[in-house]
Amino acid sequence: MTAERAIDIAAAVRKGERSARDVVDEHLARIAERDGELHAFNLVLADEARAAAEAVDAAVARGEDPGPLAGVPVALKDNLCTRGIPTTCSSRILEGWRPPYDATVVERVAAAGGIAIGKTNLDEFAMGSSTENSAFGPTRNPHDPTRVPGGSSGGSAAAVAAQFAPLGLGSDTGGSIRQPAALCGVVGMKPTYGAVSRYGLIAFASSLDQIGPFATTVADAALLYDVIAGHDPLDSTSVHDRLPPMVEAVRQGEDVDGMRIGIVRELMEGIAPDVVAQVNRAADALSAAGAKVDEVSVPACVYGLSAYYLIAPAECSSNLARYDGVRYGLRVDAPDITAMYSSTRAAGFGAEVKRRIMLGTYALSAGYYDAYYGKAQRVRTLIVRDFDAAYKRFDALLSPTSPTTAFAFGAKSDPLAMYMSDVCTIPSNLSGHPAISVPFGVGEDGLPVGVQVMANALQEATVFRAGAALEAQA
Amino acid sequence: MSRINGDDVRHVARLARLDVTDEEVELFTGQLEAVLQHAQDVEALDVADVPPTAHPLPLANVFRDDEPRPGVDRDEVLAMAPDAADGRFRVPRILGEAP
Amino acid sequence: MSGWETVIGLEVHCELKTRTKLFCSCTNAFGDEPNTNVCPVCLGLPGSLPVINRAAVEYAMRIGMALSCSVEPSIFHRKNYFYPDMPKDYQISQYDQPINVDGWLELPDGKRVGIVRAHMEEDTGKTTHVGGGASRRSSALDNMGSTAPAGRTRIHGAEFSLVDYNRAGVPLVEIVSAPDMRSADEAKAYVNELRSILVAADVSDGKMEEGSLRVDANVSVRQAGAEQFGTRCEIKNLNSLRSLGRAIEYEARRQVQLLESGDVVVQETRHWNEDEGRTHAMRSKEEADDYRYFPEPDLVPVAPDASWLASVESSLPVLPAQRRSALASAAGVAASDVALLVELDLDDLVGSAIAAGADPKRAINRAANEVAADLEGARRLSVESFTALVKLEADGKLTATQAKQVLAAMLAGEGDDPAALAAAKGFEAMSSDALAAAVDEVIAANPDAWAKFVEGDPKVAGLFVGQVMKRTSGKADGRLVTELLRARAASAEA
Repeated sequence: MTAERAIDIAAAVRKGERSARDVVDEHLARIAERDGELHAFNLVLADEARAAAEAVDAAVARGEDPGPLAGVPVALKDNLCTRGIPTTCSSRILEGWRPPYDATVVERVAAAGGIAIGKTNLDEFAMGSSTENSAFGPTRNPHDPTRVPGGSSGGSAAAVAAQFAPLGLGSDTGGSIRQPAALCGVVGMKPTYGAVSRYGLIAFASSLDQIGPFATTVADAALLYDVIAGHDPLDSTSVHDRLPPMVEAVRQGEDVDGMRIGIVRELMEGIAPDVVAQVNRAADALSAAGAKVDEVSVPACVYGLSAYYLIAPAECSSNLARYDGVRYGLRVDAPDITAMYSSTRAAGFGAEVKRRIMLGTYALSAGYYDAYYGKAQRVRTLIVRDFDAAYKRFDALLSPTSPTTAFAFGAKSDPLAMYMSDVCTIPSNLSGHPAISVPFGVGEDGLPVGVQVMANALQEATVFRAGAALEAQA
Repeated sequence: MSRINGDDVRHVARLARLDVTDEEVELFTGQLEAVLQHAQDVEALDVADVPPTAHPLPLANVFRDDEPRPGVDRDEVLAMAPDAADGRFRVPRILGEAP
Repeated sequence: MSGWETVIGLEVHCELKTRTKLFCSCTNAFGDEPNTNVCPVCLGLPGSLPVINRAAVEYAMRIGMALSCSVEPSIFHRKNYFYPDMPKDYQISQYDQPINVDGWLELPDGKRVGIVRAHMEEDTGKTTHVGGGASRRSSALDNMGSTAPAGRTRIHGAEFSLVDYNRAGVPLVEIVSAPDMRSADEAKAYVNELRSILVAADVSDGKMEEGSLRVDANVSVRQAGAEQFGTRCEIKNLNSLRSLGRAIEYEARRQVQLLESGDVVVQETRHWNEDEGRTHAMRSKEEADDYRYFPEPDLVPVAPDASWLASVESSLPVLPAQRRSALASAAGVAASDVALLVELDLDDLVGSAIAAGADPKRAINRAANEVAADLEGARRLSVESFTALVKLEADGKLTATQAKQVLAAMLAGEGDDPAALAAAKGFEAMSSDALAAAVDEVIAANPDAWAKFVEGDPKVAGLFVGQVMKRTSGKADGRLVTELLRARAASAEA
């Protein structure tokens, strides 16, 4: 069944042709039917969603415009703070914690008439590529429940793929929106670093994290992007540039005549053949639509994985220090505070989180800073420079999103093997550039394949345009 | 060449205030070693002349005005505390002084 | 301790008196109910982010310029360690790119102490330690109105600590001096001068007792004349200037004793105990702190442009050193001679009096003694009255004693016309003829004593001055009498 589009729902609700309450009830019914199996949600907000929907309907009845997301259910990754509503990061250490404030993006979604329908599952503290690292059990891929949905935003991706909500919000630090989008056959987009406020996003790696949209169509992703993007005085790293509405860019998407698109050579290596085939098919389709497609080398991309696995853990080791049992969350009692810290954190964090905290602490520690973290930040500059060179000759870059289609649970138990899942997505986190994953064909196993389009900083319009063109050809 | 050993892991676990069992030390040592081994491609690069990228975008001088705004209500804050008394957060005995 | 030299460097943390905290909009206030000035940012709640207070940066720049530092583009770093008064378990501070570097501070005696850096950082919360008592779990919970959720086990009856985050996130500037001080007095003078500068620049209250100015001392000793520094110890818990002085002296003695007995000084942090009058090594930590500094990714660099720098520079008030040197040159004396006047805010009074023609030395004298003794009264003392008084004395119309009394009357609010007050008190200066006549009469009446005086016997001088005073009913100016006696003696010899 083709998914209902957010754009259509909002239009109908705003005109009074449909009630938001009905929309929400339909989605809640679908959730009740299938989420027991999929576990996309840590928490379904049935009462809250119904109340919010009724408020939207009341506004419409008064002749007011509830906004561009009127009545549209939105699934929120459970690392986004929602006031008074448990926000767990799928970790035992925050089990039951209710933030006293909303994330900026959560406020903006609500102000646009969007309905928060639930908090979705994720790899604990957003660390992972399969959602198997959740302390509350994994999420299953709606296309094949024996397979992972990807991660870390596996819950939001699965929720949109299973039509539990037309829209979802996730966070992307090394590919955590795009990779699960690819594995679940939906659209997932990572904005330019700073384009969307991080205030209220529970931090993993501060210089890499970005919040972004999930949707079933590029146009819907653009709709949500326009609502959440924009400067926030509460986030010092938030950009001040005003970007044009992305829904406009998408409308122009049919026309990619003359757009110069480069296939990144380094990101085509080590990729499953059926995925490569889809990327090539995508390149051909864009070419047929008038784009100038060629191969391009971005040499420093090969260092991306290593640089990432020094920078991200280092920042996370510091960001996760606050989970110490003093002010909120889990506390394991002990006779003195140091023992309390150590027991609490040992009990509260899962293995992957501990691994990254230790790796990060090591990379920052005395005598190792220059060799590890310090060096990785310089390698980042090399990556930015190589991208800049590529963007002198090309408007957009093309690559696979994920090296494979969705893999089976337990298939990548070796951490390093799991880290490899992010090889195509990591470079644009390091550079801070925008990127989108668009579903394009299926693999040999019939599972969805995602193709990635990247563009230069603040060139979201290019990303959405090319993404829309791809979608039209899929 | 071993980049990280069990003592390093214990040391780092202490710095990070994480209790680790002997099994975990062994497991983590191997896994961290593998990651650092993989990262030797970065280690081998000569990037002395390359400036670090702390931020992808060249922002500077982002400030806010010196105007007070209401914060969070104390009761709301203490309600989420694992232990509180007298309007304050309560913690077990602290050994040693603040650095 | 002869043969030994004490070397002292000071780290002073200064709380800035901005209206809000460094990274959030919570009120920056001392003494409010615990945890009532807090928000997601200063509590370090998950998802919160810091945003720099522009006023705090401006105050930091003012401090740097007042200390003749170079104000540089700077970034913030995270200093990572665990302690319950730190909500994020890292402190946002500055590391190798601080805002102010390479300045100096001039002590009242003219000596310059180097300022290595003055950087910005956020303050921590306050921890109150509650000692191990007999209170059992339930009574502790009941008595203190605990809000702990039911059913959670607690280990009480032992010590515990209570944390208040009102102070967490308050802006600090940490001012680090070079190890240029050589005595406890110099260290105290440094802190005093620094405090005056901070108060003059209107960036801080500078109250050690309230904690808005916190001083840690680094103390080492070396053989006099040695070039290398000795091993230093850091001394904490210095809550007053007096403690600072006592602690430095104690610590220097302790180190000298160690070294003289063939032992070594261990580099460590020591805690000053005011009651015991000694320092103690702090309980050793399990391992040395590794702060794992890295640039704060949630903040962007601070790079004040030329126009901001210029506007801060021009908004700097006149600082104590400048006031000392201005008054010193107006009075023709050394800067150290007027240090007290500047400290007591009497330099304007004296400077204006001198500009109006008052005799500098006398003006300084009267201000430093009589006016200084009644600062409350000084507030109602006008430049005109003071100037007139000094002139009366300098012109010989009032003796020193009389002038002091008239001044005291003016300070007490009895009037502001010194001439009128003098007349009311029946003071008139003696005419020089009458004075000379009185001196001559006393000389004539005491020929034997006079002969001794002429020969140079100092014992009889007092006799003559006393006699003249008696004969003039105290109206004679003692100094003038002495001068006249000498002049007479000189001409007698001739």
